[in-house]
Amino acid sequence: MPYHLNFGFVWLHFDRLLSGLALSLSMAALAIAIGVAIGLALAVAHVSGSKATRAAISAYVEIFRNVPLLLLVYFVFYGIPTEFDIRYGATASFVATLAIYAGAYLVEVFRAGLAAVPMGLIEAGKAIGLTPWQRLLHVRLPTMLRISLPALGNTFVSLFKDTSVAAVIAVPELTFGAQWINLNSFRVVEVFSVITLMYLGTGYAMLRLMRLVERRFSVNRT
Amino acid sequence: MSPGFAAMLDALPFLWRGLLVTLSVSALVVVLSLVAGAVLGLMRVYGPPVLQPAVQAFSDIVRGIPVLVLIFFVFYGLPVVGLQVNSFTSAVLALAIFSTAQVTELARGALQSIHHGQNEAAKAIGLTFGQRMASVILPQAARRFLPAWVNSVTDAVKGSALVSLIGVGDLMMAIQQVIGRTYQALPLYVLGGAIYFAINYGLSLLSRHCEQRLSYYQARE
Repeated sequence: MPYHLNFGFVWLHFDRLLSGLALSLSMAALAIAIGVAIGLALAVAHVSGSKATRAAISAYVEIFRNVPLLLLVYFVFYGIPTEFDIRYGATASFVATLAIYAGAYLVEVFRAGLAAVPMGLIEAGKAIGLTPWQRLLHVRLPTMLRISLPALGNTFVSLFKDTSVAAVIAVPELTFGAQWINLNSFRVVEVFSVITLMYLGTGYAMLRLMRLVERRFSVNRT
Repeated sequence: MSPGFAAMLDALPFLWRGLLVTLSVSALVVVLSLVAGAVLGLMRVYGPPVLQPAVQAFSDIVRGIPVLVLIFFVFYGLPVVGLQVNSFTSAVLALAIFSTAQVTELARGALQSIHHGQNEAAKAIGLTFGQRMASVILPQAARRFLPAWVNSVTDAVKGSALVSLIGVGDLMMAIQQVIGRTYQALPLYVLGGAIYFAINYGLSLLSRHCEQRLSYYQARE
């Protein structure tokens, strides 16, 4: 029996996909915001901290970058509440997981950015009498952020894509909405084509937005 | 001995079978995507002008889709177009498509980083396309390609955990099944995480080693 495309059911429940996309984006935004805070703090701690601090930060980075996100999501949502008396919802659990995961990637981005700040700039800061803290705040961090922009854009889009994993713990985001429509209508090609376009469009918009920011602030003009 | 530790020990033989599935999915994906990605990367840079944007579009689109969506799409979508394949095959296919797009991009970057003067010089002394590739371009591009490619292998191993969601009995699935029997969630997730970590950290150490070796050779040129 040939398969006939029929988008009717998808449009009928399109509100599920739209609210799903909104939830995906909000989870990504929240996780990115927390992840950036973790990343910045740890990157600064890594360049100025003791050997033990550095080892601890490297351990965090290596562990979270080398374990599948799916396992981390299960660990936080199903694992931790079995041993400890804490209760949290699926969405909060996923955002926390993605934020810690994001932090591990962003530390690396910021560390590379800090390492790429030209020595001459830091020395110039010294020469005009800035204290080490002032040099960090006014010279190294702003320059590092501008250097890191291209890598940041890619990391942000990839974190947005990772929000699809939240579907496995029944967070009603975009992929979960698509699964719901698929289960109730078997319109698999239609619904997955639609969400593919939604993911692509959103990711592309994010990249364009980052390009605009880059064009305004980037120091990598060649 | 605590019940958690006992469950971890008891689970080992069962997890081993899952691990073998994870490793075979990853290995198939890595090999398929290396071949396909290298060919597409070459086509993107040296192919006919009509094909170049098509290859770029393929890799841009696939890299813009979440892997999980791609896995579901292939798994549920193939039967619709009349292809009855098991979950293992569709898992490998979906991950290979995703990984191919990444490898294509890495290959493109590596090939384009070789100065076009090299290709022109090789042309000028009368080398054919095959000879130019084999003895001038590829040996240089491979050095820039290798470290980044090992990272994409790590991503393939991590991505392979998602295939448990379409019913492939990989390591992730084995962990879930053991937890279903023993209710020892935390210890088993820790054990599973440690196994994935060992594989991927090993690979990234290898990548760092490659990078050092290759930069050493490049410095000597």
